[in-house]
Amino acid sequence: MNDMRIVERDVKTNEVKIAAKDVQVYYGTNHAIKDVSVDIEDKTVTAFIGPSGCGKSTFLRCINRMNDTIDVCRVEGDIRIDGDDIYDAKVDPVQLRAKVGMVFQKPNPFPKSIYDNVAYGPRIHGLAKNKADLDDIVEQSLRRGAIWNEVKDRLHAPGTGLSGGQQQRLCIARAVATEPEVLLMDEPCSALDPIATAQVEELIDELRKNYSVVIVTHSMQQAARVSQKTAFFHLGNLVEFGETGQIFTNPVDPRTESYITGRIG
Amino acid sequence: MTDASMDPAARPAKSGLTVTDARTRKRNAAEKRFRAYGMAAIGLGLLFLLFLFGSILKSGLPAFTHTIVSVEFTMSQADVDDAESKMLKTKAYENFFIAALQSQLEASALDVAFDAKAIERIVGKTGGTIRSHFKDNPGDIGKPVAFELAASSRVDGYFNGRVTRETLVDSRFLQLTDLDLVDALKEAGIIQSAFNWNFITGKDSGVDNPGGAGLGASVIGSFFMMLVVLFLSLPIGVAASIYLEEFAPKNRFTDLIEVNISNLAAVPSIVFGILGLAVFIQFAGLPQSAPLVGGLVLTLMTLPTIIISTRASLAAVPPSIRDAALGVGASKMQSVFHHVLPLAMPGILTGTIIGLAQALGETAPLLLIGMVGFVAREYPEGFIAGFTDANSAMPAQIYTWASRADPGFYEKAWGGIIILLLFLITMNTIAVILRRRFERRW
Repeated sequence: MNDMRIVERDVKTNEVKIAAKDVQVYYGTNHAIKDVSVDIEDKTVTAFIGPSGCGKSTFLRCINRMNDTIDVCRVEGDIRIDGDDIYDAKVDPVQLRAKVGMVFQKPNPFPKSIYDNVAYGPRIHGLAKNKADLDDIVEQSLRRGAIWNEVKDRLHAPGTGLSGGQQQRLCIARAVATEPEVLLMDEPCSALDPIATAQVEELIDELRKNYSVVIVTHSMQQAARVSQKTAFFHLGNLVEFGETGQIFTNPVDPRTESYITGRIG
Repeated sequence: MTDASMDPAARPAKSGLTVTDARTRKRNAAEKRFRAYGMAAIGLGLLFLLFLFGSILKSGLPAFTHTIVSVEFTMSQADVDDAESKMLKTKAYENFFIAALQSQLEASALDVAFDAKAIERIVGKTGGTIRSHFKDNPGDIGKPVAFELAASSRVDGYFNGRVTRETLVDSRFLQLTDLDLVDALKEAGIIQSAFNWNFITGKDSGVDNPGGAGLGASVIGSFFMMLVVLFLSLPIGVAASIYLEEFAPKNRFTDLIEVNISNLAAVPSIVFGILGLAVFIQFAGLPQSAPLVGGLVLTLMTLPTIIISTRASLAAVPPSIRDAALGVGASKMQSVFHHVLPLAMPGILTGTIIGLAQALGETAPLLLIGMVGFVAREYPEGFIAGFTDANSAMPAQIYTWASRADPGFYEKAWGGIIILLLFLITMNTIAVILRRRFERRW
C-alpha cells in the first residue's frame, strides 16, 4: 500500500459537491457523530476510514438521509449538496435519494429479474418515456456498472442468481440508473472476494468521471487504491481529512498515524 | 455447569483417542436417551392421530350410506280418485304401497307375514309421500312409478351393524319380528344400501328423523360466513399489520395496541360470541342466526391471528430489501408495496387460511348468536339471503346432532366431522401449495 503511486498521484481540486458543517448525530442519548465538518468534492472519490463504530457509516447515511428511517436517530448541523440544505423541511428525502444513490455493504438485489432491478428506479421516477427508452437506460446503467457483457444474454434471469461480485455491480448499476450526482458506498467490497473486489474498485475509478463518490471502507489498502481524498474518523470525531497520499504517508494527527500503522483499530 | 465444577487435576492423565472415556460415554448415552424420548413422543403422537382417524372413520362412514326401500307400482286415475274419496286419504295410498310390496315379495317366492304397523316401523308413514308425489306429478298417474323411500334409522343401524338381533329390544320403533321382514325384503332386493347424497346436500331434519338429516344447508351457512370473514379480516388485518409494522411510531401507545392484539388472540371464543350477541344483534339490530352476524363475530376472532402472522412475515423480510428500495429513491409506501409485501405474501396467505380454518371450526360463538343446528331447515333463497337468512354452520350443526337423543344422529355427527375435516384439510393443503408457489428466495 505504501507504493509511490500514492505520492505521485495527480491531485486536482474540483468544486465542492457536499459541504457538511458541525454535524452532530445522536442515537437516543448516544452522541455518535461529533462536530464533523467536511467538504466533499465533485468528480472525486472520497474514502472514509476508521475503526469499527467510529461513525463513518453513520455519517455516510446522513448524506442521503437514510438515518431518517431509524426512529431514535437525530441529526443536527448543516449538510449542503450544491448549496441546498438537505435537512431543510422543504426537502423530500425521496427526491434526495434519487439524487444521492447508495450501494450497501451486502449486495442486496431485489428478488426480481436483472432487468427489473435496474429498471425499478427509473420506473418510479418516471425517467423513461417508453419501453425503448427504458431498455436504453438499463443497458447504459449495466454498462456503467461494468456488468453488461456478463448479463446481456440473461436480463430476465433473477438478480439473486448472480455471484456476489456480480450482484454488487448490479447494485451499482441500479444506483446509477436513477442518474444520481453523488454515489455513496458503504463498504461495498466487504462481502466480496479479491477478484470481485478488484473489479468493483476498477469500476469505482471509472465512476469518478461522472459522480462524486463517497466510499466507507475498512481496508486501508482499498482507500489508498481508489480514493483521492481520505477522511479518518475516530470515536465519532473527524480526526483528519486530506489528500489520500498525504494521509497515508505523512499524517498530521498522531491518532491517524497509529491507525494506519496498525497500532489502534 | 458441571464442567466448570470439575477439578482439572481429576482428569485422567493420559488416554488414547481410540479409548472412549467415561465422561464421553455418559454424554453419548444421554444423547441416545434424548433421541429415544423424541422418537417415543412422535410415535405416541402418531398413534393418537391414527386412533383418532380410525374412530372418526369407523363411526362416521355409516352416515354416508342409507337404506332405501324401492317398490314399483302403478296407480290408475280410478285408484287415485278412490283414495281421495276416503276419509283417511294417506292411509289409502299406504295400502297401495303395502299391496305392491306384498305382491313383489310373493313374486320372489318369499312368504313373510307382516302388517301395516311393521311397514310403518321400517319405512315410516309412506302414504303422505306417495300422495304428494301424484299431486305434484299428475302425469305419473296410470304409469308404473318406482318409489324409493328411506328406511328408518333403526333399519339403517341393522344394515351397518349398529343394531343387531341380540341387542334389539322390542319397542314402538322396531321389533324383532320386523327384522325377519327386513331380511326377506333384502333377499327380494327391495331393500338395500345406497350412497346417501342427502347427507351431503340436504337440510337438517326433525329430532325423530335422523335418516333425513343433511349437512348441505349448514355447509352453505359456513360458506357465506367464510366469505364475510375473508373479505373483512384480510384487508383490515393486512392494513393494520402493515401500518403497525412499517409506519407506526414505536411508542407507549403502539406498544399497548401490540400487547392487546396478542392478548385478543388468546381470548376464549365464547367471549366474542356474547359480544356479537350484545353488539351486532341487540344493539345494531342485525338479524339473529344470520351468517352475516356469524361472519362478523368470527372476523373479530380471526383478526388477531391474521395480524400476528402478517406482522411476523413482514418482519421476516430482510431489512436490506427496504434499504435497497429507499436507496434508489422509492418512498416508504413504494418500498412496502413493491418489495416488502410481495415477499411477505406467502406468510400472509398462510396465516389467513389458517385463521379461516380456525374460524370454520368454531362452534361456541355461533351458539350464542343463534346459529344452532336446527335452524338450518331451508336453503337460502339467493345470494343476499345467504347472508341474512337464518342458517347454521357445520360445527354448530354437528354439535346439535351430537346432543340429540336418537342414536341415528350420533353417526350423523361423526359423518359431519368427516366433512368438516375434509374442508379443513383442503384449506390447509391450499395454504401449503400457496406457500410453496409464492415463496421466493434471496
